[in-house]
Amino acid sequence: MRWLLRKDLVILRRSRLLLALLIVYPVVIALLIGFAISRGPSRPRVAIVDQTAPGETVKVGGQRIAVRQYTRELLSQVDAVEVPSRAQAVAKVKSGEVLAAVVIPADIAARVASATERAQVEVLYNGNALEQSLVQSTLDSALAQANLGFSAQIQQAAGTVIGSLLRGGRLGAIGAPEDLIGLDQIAPTLGGIIARQPRGQDRTELERIAAFAAFAAQNLTLSRKVLATIGQPIRVDSVLLHGRRTPLNTFAVVVAVSVSLMFVCVLLAAGGVALEREEHALARLIRSPPGGHGPLISREALLVEKTLLAAGCAFVIAFAMLAGIGAFVTLDWGRIGLWLAALALASIAFGALGVAIGALAREVRAASLLAFLLSLPLAFLALVPAGSVYGGFYDAISAISFVFPFKAALQALDAAVNGASPAIGLTLVHLAVLAGVFAALARVGLRTVE
Amino acid sequence: MSAVLSVSALAKRYGELEALRDVSFEAGAGELIAVVGPNGAGKTTLLSIIAGIQAPSAGSVSRGAGQGASGVGWAPQAPAVYSKLSVAENLELFARLEGLADPRAAVARMLEQTGLGARAREPVGRLSGGNRQRVNVAIGLIGEPPVLALDEPSASLDPGQRERLWEFVAGRVAAATTVVFSTHNVSEAQRYADRVLVLADGRLLFDGTPSALLASSPEGEGESKGGDLESALVRFLRLREPERPGV
Repeated sequence: MRWLLRKDLVILRRSRLLLALLIVYPVVIALLIGFAISRGPSRPRVAIVDQTAPGETVKVGGQRIAVRQYTRELLSQVDAVEVPSRAQAVAKVKSGEVLAAVVIPADIAARVASATERAQVEVLYNGNALEQSLVQSTLDSALAQANLGFSAQIQQAAGTVIGSLLRGGRLGAIGAPEDLIGLDQIAPTLGGIIARQPRGQDRTELERIAAFAAFAAQNLTLSRKVLATIGQPIRVDSVLLHGRRTPLNTFAVVVAVSVSLMFVCVLLAAGGVALEREEHALARLIRSPPGGHGPLISREALLVEKTLLAAGCAFVIAFAMLAGIGAFVTLDWGRIGLWLAALALASIAFGALGVAIGALAREVRAASLLAFLLSLPLAFLALVPAGSVYGGFYDAISAISFVFPFKAALQALDAAVNGASPAIGLTLVHLAVLAGVFAALARVGLRTVE
Repeated sequence: MSAVLSVSALAKRYGELEALRDVSFEAGAGELIAVVGPNGAGKTTLLSIIAGIQAPSAGSVSRGAGQGASGVGWAPQAPAVYSKLSVAENLELFARLEGLADPRAAVARMLEQTGLGARAREPVGRLSGGNRQRVNVAIGLIGEPPVLALDEPSASLDPGQRERLWEFVAGRVAAATTVVFSTHNVSEAQRYADRVLVLADGRLLFDGTPSALLASSPEGEGESKGGDLESALVRFLRLREPERPGV
């Protein structure tokens, strides 16, 4: 087996394009992913048309809130390009200079202050469906943030007014009395007056007024809390029931390494077996002539050699990628033993899948195409989240992902790198079983040599 | 002469198709045997069973007693060589896989016999078809097997390349290697073979010398004289058509 392995290494070394790809690929992918996840997403370039008059305010009770506050909040969420008119904003969106435009109408302050008409802003999009979806989602988030900030300002102003009504004193509103009594003070003040009143019709009426004032003060206190609740009606408190929460950037690392591991390993293993057929050497290697020593190499040994060669190359490349990306993202190097175990088992499982494909194909091109056509959808299917597709379809996707090594490899690496669930031991056993199954299929595929 | 190769009642079926039916013959040391016949006669199937690539459905192939541990060498029609390895690397790889005691000596010997010593370091992919075929045959002979099976060895060669290949094979035959080869080129069989086996529809119809095949099917009226084995083979097969079911 070692002479065959040596031969394959010599052939690999002489296949300059393939060798260059094997070296350059992990470096480029590691750099791309590293930069992508360490720089964070860029803010979308959005044109902002503020049609409100300079210094425009929204009056809430005695408080005035500048509309510019809303615009400022929105500007902080996007890469803003301020333009004076809607027409210019439309032109910029059409030309692709900006991804979208937000038009803040002149009557926004009046509508907010009316409390009967709903204020609204206009958003203009362009681009393809994917761009629209991305920009819309980013803008929705930015507008929600701006709305939230503006709403907080209004809540604060309303709260101040309610506080003044309860406490009394100077309200600051035009036409309001100078030293207004607070609702909180009416009941105790009236209590003193009532105590001095003889029993009769007047005292009964005063008692009714005092009871109303106490009830109103109590409910106005409650309304301040209601205002705060309306601002953010539901607060989300997430609890992960098992495993560890995987940060999105380290999960992205695991996905990138798993995809690269799969492609390199499956393509090399499939190509390695198919090359033996294409060069017509397979029959020469595994024939059993009468009166001879038996085959030059058994079918099983040939499959093991091809699997180990592909798995070894892919293992080195995947580890180099992981280490390279580790320069950009904080990875727990204390778990390196688990990384290596996961990479090794995943490589062997992918190698076994590759030799099974290679054993079925008659030539390298067919094997490579088959390996690619199988690997790509497997990667996509394994990443489909639960709940994103119809339940029965998701079950079918899960079943397919279960019988191929990609999802198991992804879970093993995620568990090794991030300590995510399911437990690494379980996923390693899964990978080992899949490696055995695909090796057996490869052996069946090599039953005929011609 | 004791047999170095015995083929006995050999049969091969692919489902309903009978590729070989009850084929038996023996080959002595240093014999050069040509297997001829029309397309689909079973020539390649016979060669591949002798070489141990396929198992027969019935019958057996055995080597003569006292022939050592080495088996039957084999060179397929399409050269089974690694095009990215050099001539010497290909030979050395198979010498090592054969477990030869001195692989480098075996490589040197085969390079000398094939006359490819000057091109030993050249990748096989860059060689001409003839030289590639010589490497292919040399790999089949690297373990010095007493029997060599060649499947249409000269099919894609020009006359000059064919001549050099047969000189090389003749050298091995002179050294007592038994060579069984299949060919469509009947004149090649007439020129080089000691014996001719005629296969048709999986049956062995003739086993004898080329001159015996010529004698077995005399020329008809109007046909050219002069011992043309190809014409004799055509006549031979025509005469036996009633014996061949389905023809």
